[in-house]
Amino acid sequence: MNEHWYMLTLVGRDRPGIVARITHALFEGGCHLGETSMMRLGGNFTIMMMVRFTGTTRALEQLVAGEAESLGLRLHVDRVEGGLHRHVEPDVRITVYGADRAGIVAQVTGALAEAGLDILDLISDVGGTEDAPIYILHIEGRALEGIPALASALEIVKGKGVDAQLTPIDIMVG
Amino acid sequence: MALLDILTYPDPRLKQVSQPVQVFDDALRAFVADLEETMRAGPGGVGIAAPQVGRFERIVIVDISAMRKLPKGSSNSGRLLLINPEITEWEGMVMGREGCMSVPDYTGNVIRAEKISFTACDEFGASREYCCEGFEARAVQHEVDHLDGMLFLDRLVSRRSDLFRRKVYKKKDEK
Repeated sequence: MNEHWYMLTLVGRDRPGIVARITHALFEGGCHLGETSMMRLGGNFTIMMMVRFTGTTRALEQLVAGEAESLGLRLHVDRVEGGLHRHVEPDVRITVYGADRAGIVAQVTGALAEAGLDILDLISDVGGTEDAPIYILHIEGRALEGIPALASALEIVKGKGVDAQLTPIDIMVG
Repeated sequence: MALLDILTYPDPRLKQVSQPVQVFDDALRAFVADLEETMRAGPGGVGIAAPQVGRFERIVIVDISAMRKLPKGSSNSGRLLLINPEITEWEGMVMGREGCMSVPDYTGNVIRAEKISFTACDEFGASREYCCEGFEARAVQHEVDHLDGMLFLDRLVSRRSDLFRRKVYKKKDEK
């Protein structure tokens, strides 16, 4: 049987040792890991893992189901196209922050998308206090229509109660 | 002149410490020409170190002037051939993205000094003093690391480390 790439997602209450237990089950089942991303979001454990596996979606689910259930995690597996060695490098980093309110991400990413931003990486966070939360958005991407276009778009967004910074990413290859 | 083969990680030789150049002869200068040709043939390469091609001598070439657009705040000294380089002063710290011809298909964030002073010999053994800043200083530090068996992978900082997180200190009266 041929090997395929799967995207395996787990979400649930965070506790120490989840990654070790899940990846052990995958390794024992003959899986090979690709790129993975784990984040703690609002106290929840979340992970997405590229898993290379010889077998069906169902068989992969069964490999992990026992551990996932005992850890109280919801499991989702999709067969995906794609593979490794396909990195696309960003050429711009954008940071936006301001008093938290609904709509910041939609406004900012909407304006940037129109100005040609292809987002490669996005992380947002809420800091500050419960009384005065602040929203922080951190984006890396490609400026498909040039950096000045993004800078102009950000200037407009900045008038709407957020601070924003744009920094070109110059990759030094040595 | 000839293009030289680039060693790629996990080749253990990249972790080897290189030795100072003792003899400045025609053979050295011929090697430098090959090293430079190899650097210029690499995609987007602005620097190269001798150990990257399997010669474990302290030789580095940096040239950021061929870049399409020079990064903001960077000095530009043109072609720098640095033999037995010694960094003598470091100033400031800045995070930037690095890749390496010896580590294909991966780039990562590395903290480097913003400004450096260093000494190095030319291909005839004459010593000179240099000052660089910004992107060019980053390139020199990256290449000098190769001479000590260090890769940018040894200095990676998280892509997710942002500028906002900081330790929250309790106010004195809250103790």
